[in-house]
Amino acid sequence: MTSSPATLAPPARRGPTARTRRSPRRHDVWLGIAGVAIVLGVAETLSRTGIVNPAFLPPVTEMYAKLFELLGEGDFWHALGLTVRGWAIGLAAAMVLGIVLGFVIGSVPFLRAFTSSTIEFLRPIPSVALIPLVVLLFGTKPQSAFLLVVYAAVWQVLVQVLYGVADVDPVARDTARSYRFGPLRIARSVIYPTALPYIMTGFRLAAAVALILEITAELVIGVPGLGREIGVAQSSAAYAETYALVIVVGLIGVAVNLLARLVERKALWWHPSVRSEHS
Amino acid sequence: MNVAGLARRTLMVLGLPVILLAAWWIASAGSTSPFWPPLSKIVATFPDVWTWDRIVEDVFPSLARLGIGFAIAVVVGVSLGTAIGLMPRLRALSEPVLEFFRAIPPPVMVPIIAIFAGYTGWLGKIITIALGCLWPILLNTVEGVRGLEPVLGDTAKSYHLSPWRRFVFVVLPGASPRIFAGARQALSIGVILMVISELFGANAGIGAAIVQFQRSFAIPQMWTGIIVLGLIGVLLAALFKAVENRMLAWYLGQRQIERGE
Repeated sequence: MTSSPATLAPPARRGPTARTRRSPRRHDVWLGIAGVAIVLGVAETLSRTGIVNPAFLPPVTEMYAKLFELLGEGDFWHALGLTVRGWAIGLAAAMVLGIVLGFVIGSVPFLRAFTSSTIEFLRPIPSVALIPLVVLLFGTKPQSAFLLVVYAAVWQVLVQVLYGVADVDPVARDTARSYRFGPLRIARSVIYPTALPYIMTGFRLAAAVALILEITAELVIGVPGLGREIGVAQSSAAYAETYALVIVVGLIGVAVNLLARLVERKALWWHPSVRSEHS
Repeated sequence: MNVAGLARRTLMVLGLPVILLAAWWIASAGSTSPFWPPLSKIVATFPDVWTWDRIVEDVFPSLARLGIGFAIAVVVGVSLGTAIGLMPRLRALSEPVLEFFRAIPPPVMVPIIAIFAGYTGWLGKIITIALGCLWPILLNTVEGVRGLEPVLGDTAKSYHLSPWRRFVFVVLPGASPRIFAGARQALSIGVILMVISELFGANAGIGAAIVQFQRSFAIPQMWTGIIVLGLIGVLLAALFKAVENRMLAWYLGQRQIERGE
C-alpha cells in the first residue's frame, strides 16, 4: 500500500469554488423542499379526487393528523422506545463482536486464511432464515429480534474491520514492533487508527441493516415495537394509522442515517477525507 | 504451485468448515432437545423433504419471484438513476424524497402493498421485492453517473454521439462499478424480502414451507429448510460475483494496475 503520499497531500484550495457554490446550494434546499411538497400534494390529490381509492390511500393530511394524534399516546412512545432500544442493543453487540473478532482474525495471517472460506460462506446466509428457529427458542420475546439483528449486522462490521486491519502500513507495524510495542499497544496506536474509517463504514451499514431486522422481527414474529403496531393497524383496517406508523419508521430510518454520518464525522475529524470536506 | 502447496491451500479452505461441521455433528449427536436435533438426523431427513417435486413447487416459484422483482428494480433503478444523475436540477428536487423512501425498512412496505394488491398471489410479493431492491440500485446509479469523468462526457458530445449512444457507450459503462455495488446490496435485501413476503400470504414457496414445518413442530425438516435457504443465499452470491467479475473485468484489472499489484 503506497497510498500515503496522496492522502497526506494538503487538501486542494477550495476558497473561490466554495464561495461560488454557496448560492446554488441554497437553491438546492428550496428545490428539495419543493420536491417533498410535490409528492405530498400529488398523494393528497390522488386520494381526494378518488383516482386512488381513498380507503386504501387516505389523504396525506389525514395521515399527519393521525400521526399527531399518536404523538399524544403513551402506547406509541412505549412501542417507539422498544424499537429504538432493541435496535441500539443489537447494534452495540454486533459492533463489539465484529470489532473484536476482526482485530483478532485480521492481525493473525494464519487465522485470516483459515477463516476466510467460512466467513465467505456464512455471510450471504440470509438472517431471516433463522426466523423459525428464534420463534421456537424465544417466541415473541425481544431476544428473537436481538439474535436476528446481531446475526445480520455483525457481518457488515466484521468484513469492514478485516479490510481495515489488512490496510495497515507494514512499515508502521514493523516500526512499532522494533520499538517493542506490546500487542495491545499495537492494536491501539497502529491498527486502530488505520481501521477506524473502515469501522465507521461498517457502523453505517450495520446501523441500517439492524433497523431493518428489528422492524422485521416485530412485524413478522410479533416482538413488541413499532413493527408489530403496523401489522396490527393494517389487519384491523386502520389504514391512516398504518401509513402514519410507516412514516414514523421512515423518519427513524432517516435519523439513523444522519446519526451514523454524524458519528463518522466526529470520530474521523482528523482524517483527510473529512478534513477536506470542511475546508 | 506444487502438490504440497495445493494440499496446503485445500486444507486452508476446507479446514475450518470441516471442523465446524464435525463439532456440530458431535455436539448434537446425543441431543434430545426438540429444538436442536442431531445433525445426523437432519441429514437423514434431507432427501425425504427436498424431493424434486418440492423443489419445483416451492423453490422455483420463490426464485422466479425474486428474479422478476430484481430485474424490474434493475431496469427502473438504472434508467431513473441515470436521468436523475444527469440532471442536477432533478436531483436537487428529488433528493430529500429519495432519502426518505430509502430509509424506510423495506419489510414495512408489506402491509401497505397488502392493502392495495392483496397478498395471496404473486403480484404483491413481486412488488415487495422490486420496491426493496430499487433504492440501493437507484441511489448508487445516481452516484455513479455523477462521478463520471467530465472529459468523457464532453468528448462524446463534441463527437456528436447521439444521446442513446452516449448512454450505452459512455454513461452506462462509467457508472457500472457503482451500479454493481448497488445491485449486490439489492440482491441480499431481495433474498430477505423473498422469504418475508412468503411468511405473510399463504402460498407455495420456500419461506412458506419452512414456517409450515416450524408451526407443525417438524423440527428436523425445519432445519433442512434453513440449510436450503442458506445454500440459496450462498449460491446467489457466488453467481453474482461471477457475473460481476465478467462484466467488470476491465474495471477490476484497471484498479489492480493502479494499486500496483
